[in-house]
Order: sequence, then C-alpha cells, then structure tokens
Amino acid sequence: MKLQLSPEDAAFREEMHAFFTTQIPQDIRETVAARRELSKEQIVRSMQAMNAAGIAVPNWPVEWGGKDWTPLQRHIWHEEMQLAGVVPPLAFNASMVGPVIAAFGSQEIKERFLPKTANLDIWWAQGFSEPDAGSDLASLRTTAVKEGDEYVVNGQKTWTTLGQHGDWIFTLVRTDPTVKKQAGISFLLIDMTSPGLTVRPIELIDGSHEVNEVFFDNVRVPVSNLVGEENKGWDYAKFLLGNERVGVAPVGSTKRTLAQAKEYARTAGPGGTSLLEDPLVAAEIAELENDLLALELTALRVVANSADGKPHPASSVLKLQGTVLQQAVTELWVDLAGPNALATGAGEGSDVPDLARTTTPNYLNYRKASIYGGSNEVQRQIIAGTILGLRG
Amino acid sequence: MDFTLDSEQTALRDAVRGLLGKAYDSSETRRQVTKTDPGWDEKTWQRLAEMGALGLPFAEEDGGFGAGPVEVAIVAEEIGRVIAPEPYVEAVVLAGGLVAAAGTAEQRAEILGALAEGTLVPAFAHTEPASRYSETPTVTATTSGGAWTLTGVKEPVLGGGRADLLIVSALVEGGTGLFLVQPDAAGLTRTSYSTFDGGRAARVALDATPATPLGAPGADQSAVIATAIAGAQIAYGHESLGAMAFALETTTEYLKSRKQFGVPLMTFQALTFRAADMYVSLELARSTVTWATLVQLDGDPADLHEAASRAKLQVSKAGRHIGQEAIQLHGGIGMTAEYSVGHYTSRLTAIDHALGDGRHHLTALSRTIDGHTIVDPLP
Ligand SMILES: Cc1cc2nc3c(=O)[nH]c(=O)nc-3n(C[C@H](O)[C@H](O)[C@H](O)COP(=O)(O)OP(=O)(O)OC[C@H]3O[C@@H](n4cnc5c(N)ncnc54)[C@H](O)[C@@H]3O)c2cc1C
Repeated sequence: MKLQLSPEDAAFREEMHAFFTTQIPQDIRETVAARRELSKEQIVRSMQAMNAAGIAVPNWPVEWGGKDWTPLQRHIWHEEMQLAGVVPPLAFNASMVGPVIAAFGSQEIKERFLPKTANLDIWWAQGFSEPDAGSDLASLRTTAVKEGDEYVVNGQKTWTTLGQHGDWIFTLVRTDPTVKKQAGISFLLIDMTSPGLTVRPIELIDGSHEVNEVFFDNVRVPVSNLVGEENKGWDYAKFLLGNERVGVAPVGSTKRTLAQAKEYARTAGPGGTSLLEDPLVAAEIAELENDLLALELTALRVVANSADGKPHPASSVLKLQGTVLQQAVTELWVDLAGPNALATGAGEGSDVPDLARTTTPNYLNYRKASIYGGSNEVQRQIIAGTILGLRG
Repeated sequence: MDFTLDSEQTALRDAVRGLLGKAYDSSETRRQVTKTDPGWDEKTWQRLAEMGALGLPFAEEDGGFGAGPVEVAIVAEEIGRVIAPEPYVEAVVLAGGLVAAAGTAEQRAEILGALAEGTLVPAFAHTEPASRYSETPTVTATTSGGAWTLTGVKEPVLGGGRADLLIVSALVEGGTGLFLVQPDAAGLTRTSYSTFDGGRAARVALDATPATPLGAPGADQSAVIATAIAGAQIAYGHESLGAMAFALETTTEYLKSRKQFGVPLMTFQALTFRAADMYVSLELARSTVTWATLVQLDGDPADLHEAASRAKLQVSKAGRHIGQEAIQLHGGIGMTAEYSVGHYTSRLTAIDHALGDGRHHLTALSRTIDGHTIVDPLP
C-alpha cells in the first residue's frame, strides 16, 4: 500500500495542471468560473485545443488518437481538467460514439468518422431515449426498415441533449420486431440534415433549452451508416453505457464549485460578514468536503487498482454518490445566496451579485444528474443485483 | 499509489481471520466469552501473541516486530469482522502506542515486550466523567522529592478493571503528563462493570496514588497523546469496517433466504435499495479509512490528526447507517441477543463514542474549512 503518486504520475499531474491552466483559452475558463452556460463555439474551441495537444480522447485506441495511459493517469487528466475550470470533451463524441465506432465499426466507418469526432468537427447527439423507452431503453420503438441499400427510419427520440447543435445523431433503432426486444436493435448513425428529420426544443424547469425531441419521418439512411452488425446494437449500447457511467463521477468540478461556494460565503452574511462563522453553514460545508473526499478516494481506489481491466466493484458507487454530491453543492449555493437567489432575472443595474442570480437555475437544472446516464434508482438496482446478488 | 495488500499482508490477514474465525465461530461463543470477566478470552489473546499480532506496531528493539499501520489495520479489521472482544485497539494500539512514543528505552522494552508476548495488558485511563472528548484532564499529578502521586477519577476506562498496568493522563505544570500506575498501588480503587457491547469499563479512583512518569518526568505529553489517539481512531475505523462488512453480508444473506408473502425478501426493491445504500456507505468509509492509514504510513505527520478525524466522521455516519439498517432489514430477529447483527450495531455504537463521535469530529473539521480551498488527498 502506498499513497504517493509515482514520480512519473506526479510529473504527469504537473503537466496536466500546467496544460489546463494555460493552454485552454481564458474566456472559456472564466465562463465556467462564473457558472454561466458555455456557447457551442466555446465548447468546440476547448475540445479542439485539447485535440491539438493530442489529449482530447485518451480513452480511445492509440491508432485513433488515444493515449496509452493507465486508468490512474486518465483519472488525473480528468480531475485536473475539472479543477482548472475546463469543460470536458463533449461526452457524446469522446466517451460515447467514438469508443463504440472504434471498437465495433468497420475500417471505412472509423476513417470516415473518428478523426472528425475527436476534433469536434462533427457534433454528435445521442438518440437513445424515447417517450416510452427511458430506463427500460430496450423497449424502444423507432424502426429502421431495410430497402435496398438504405434503411427507412420512422419514430421519435427525446431528451436529446444539445441536439440543436447536432450534425449527426447516433441512434438505437429496431431492425427486427419479431425477436426478444434486446435482440432486434441496431446502432445507426444518422445525418441530422437528412430530409424527414426534425428537431423540436423542450424547455426545462430552469428556462434553458438543453434538450430536444427528434422526429424521424421516412428518413433514408445509407446501410453503410450501420455500426457493426445488424441487431447487435444492444451489446454496443451496453458497452457505451458502461463507459458513460464511469466518466460521470464529476469529482473535480464539484470540488471546484464547493471551493467557490466557500469563497462566496466569506462575504455573503449580513452586511458583508462571513457566513462561514455560522456553525451550521460551516458544518454543512465540512461534511460535504468530507463526503467529496470519500468519493474522490473511492475513484482513486478504483483506478489505482484496476489494471487487470476488470471493473472494480466499488466503481458502481461513483455515479450514484457523484450525482448526490453534485446536487448537494448546487443546493448549498442557493442557501448561501439566500434572498438573492430569487433575483434570477436581474439585469445590468442590479446590485445582486452575478453568482447569486444563477444559483437557482443551476440547482433546478442539476436535478437531471440523478436521472440521466442510468438514474440513481437504476444504479441502486445494479449494486443490489450485481454486487450484492439480490435479484428480485 | 497502491491500495492493495502485498502477499505478506494477505498472509497475515488470512492467518488472523483463521484464528479469530475459530475462536468466535458463532455469536453464541462470543456471548459466552463476554459473560464472564474480563469479557474476553485469555487463550485467544495468547494465540494472537503467538502469531505476533500483539507486537506488530512496536520496534524490534522494544520487543515488537517493526510493522506499520497497514498491518495493524489488518488485525483490527479481522477483530471487527467477528467483533472479537479482545482489547486489540485499546491495549496494543492506544496504550501500547503511548508507551512506544513517550516511554524511556527501559520502559519500552519492559512494557512493550510483555505486551507483545501477551503477558501484560495495559489500559489508557484518560476519559473522565465530565471530560467528554476533551484532552485536558482534571486528575492532578503532584511531586515531592522525586516521587509522584495522582489524585482524581477516571471513568469510563475501557478495560480498566482487568488491566495489568494503567497509563494515566494527569495535569502537570504546563500541560498533560502520562503516568504508569501499578494495579496494587496504594490509594487506587478500580470498580469494573459491563458495557452494552459486551466489554468492560471501570471507574478508576486515585487518591494520592503513587505513579511513575512515562518518559521524562513532568513533561507535557499532549502531542504524544494526540498522536496515539489518532492512531487508535484509525484502527477503530478498521475495526468498524470489519464489523460493517459483516453486518452487510449477513443482511444480504437474510434478504435472500427469508421468505414472506411466499417470496424471498429480496423480491422487494424497497429492501434491496436500502442494502445498496449500505454498500455505498461501507465503500465510502473504506476509502477514507484506508487513506487515513496511508497518511499515517507515509504522509506528512502534520496531516495525521485531520486525516483521523475525517476517517472517524465517515465511519460514524456509515456505522450508524449500516448498524440501524442491518437490524431493520432483519425485522424482529435482529432485535434478539441470540442473533448476531444487533451485537454488531452495539459494537459500532461503542466505537463511535470512543475517541470522539461523528459530531465531535465534524465540529472540529468545520473549524478548519477556512484554512484550505479544497481538500487534496494526495501528499
Ligand atoms: C436533462 C436530460 C438530458 C438527457 N439527455 C439525453 C440524451 O442526450 N440522449 C438520450 O438518449 N437520453 C437523454 N436523457 C434521457 C435519460 O436517459 C432518461 O431520462 C432516463 O433514462 C430515465 O428515463 P425516463 O425519463 O423515461 O424515466 P423513467 O424510466 O420513466 O423513470 C421514472 C422514475 O422511475 C424510476 N425507475 C424506472 N425504472 C425503475 C426500476 N426498474 N426500478 C426502480 N425505479 C425505476 C426512475 O429512476 C425514475 O425515478 C436525458 C434526460 C435528461 C433529464
């Protein structure tokens, strides 16, 4: 047993810290620090800066731009990025469709998509969920019927995050309705400019436009856009969701927002006094810091000792507890802002600090974290079933 | 960075698990042992001594084996798995730790050698009825002509009745001193009683009782005490991990085997989700306690107390959660003295209130939040 990083890993950490604090354009880090929404253009620039340095998609195979990093190094990369206020590479590209194409796609499809996916020249949207297929994703009903060298796609996807920016959408579609539901699904890539495809915005509780509905009305998709084999899509989706879950414990960014909340609290009491003197506030922050420490150490335990490629059982804790704490910090922010949390619509002439105005929209927005990527109930189901062996 | 045991450590774990698993093969065996004084089994203690477990943390020249906090952690965790009543953390880690840190070469060789051999069981008499978790005693030490005497009351002193040697904290000029008090010392009255977890504690009354300074006479040993307590807090964390892991396993097995409404209890998601949450609590506590052990092993000594507090807080939360749920998910059987889980909850509660409960450590930590931006676990 040993706590210290090896000299190589310590040097690696320094290198990542230096890169993320100096090589990502300042305006992007400032927008993140101000807890404001990033523009599409900023997200693209950020990922392209990382890709230019060869570190946008370290989890991919080396021949497609990945890095031969250890799980621990990948963790350090991810942590340093978040601590520096850098937005991670677009998950739909870097953690979802990229690895699926790299693992299961044909050479032709890899060449066509992977370089552009790593560089965010293509913005991918995730077209999995449907109105009647959420946690029970395999019950999806969007169909793809083969006609010659094309599939004709009909149906509807929903909750499509940032679909308004999407160039392409990777979808799960039903290609065989006659077999067991998991066995008739395929993984199909669809150009979002195709005739018959429409995107409609869904407004969320914080007023944001983050998700969309996507409708397919006789959309014709070349058969060459199929990833891997027909009717094997469910296997690829499970592979993807497994990756999504690991990437989703946002320790570094939660640490950063908690540190920022503490800084804000220093002058947020009556008359500019410190709220940190309030024992209940101090205790809440201390407990959150301790819980975050426990989460970070769990992530470190998982990555430091998963060299054999088998997932560490404790990794199932990460998504669940990661979102619990992420949400708890957004809730703390609202409490620290107090009555100023109401001033969401305040404009130029307002005396309410900018940071206070965004607290409630953030809090409301982040209720999503325990719903997507496998809801926290689904996570508990996984822990109970696969780790504890409790199968109803 | 590495969080795994090496092969020697794994062998140690297996050996201790084998020994303790035999000694406490059932909840009933433990109940028999804890019924009669001293509340633990002298033969099991002797066997632990023979396998070297009692001398692990002490230097070889003091009669120990020169092992470190990881080895201590391994033994403590196995103690916790069967909630063995033997006073490993109390006598070896805490009392022994004080002697190792403060004692003269002669005291160390004499006391630690005998402790490692299992022939001397010391206890730390520190807590006072009105002290809560304060580290400043009211028992006073007076000296005249080079001879020291102690006056005052220590209670509850864990294992204080059976102890072959008491290490007593007392007020000296300029701080807190440590003193050795022999069981037959004049003016010493020990009244032993049972604690709810099957252990023993004592009221230790000192009335001008002759005592020998541990280490330099009259020296302030507050720092030594704080460090030994931190070591014991971490070791208690491991004892709790063992107990929590067992409580969860037992609960899981019960949900699989117990049937109601014609189906196994695990059919009910309201129950399996709660078991999943117990697992989350256990793993989070395991991460923090293991980390604190590694801080103790090769981190900055200045970080030790905070690391121990962090571990104790996480274990306090996890122990209450897992202990309470383990009983609830068992229903009525979990309430009985005959069945195991209740005893685990009981022991977890006792550990929680030894050396600072969760709230105590949270208060301490909440006073430090202004001193750092983030908590960085790496040295
Ligand atoms: C902001 C946001 C962004 C999203 N982005 C995308 C995206 O880009 N692409 C995409 O494909 N999808 C996306 N999703 C969809 C997301 O994956 C689904 O919302 C999720 O799978 C849950 O499905 P559902 O909303 O239909 O809820 P349901 O599955 O209907 O669940 C309702 C409630 O029941 C619980 N529940 C369901 N099944 C069980 C069970 N077996 N046991 C116990 N409890 C259960 C759930 O946890 C939840 O609390 C997004 C969702 C949100 C909120």
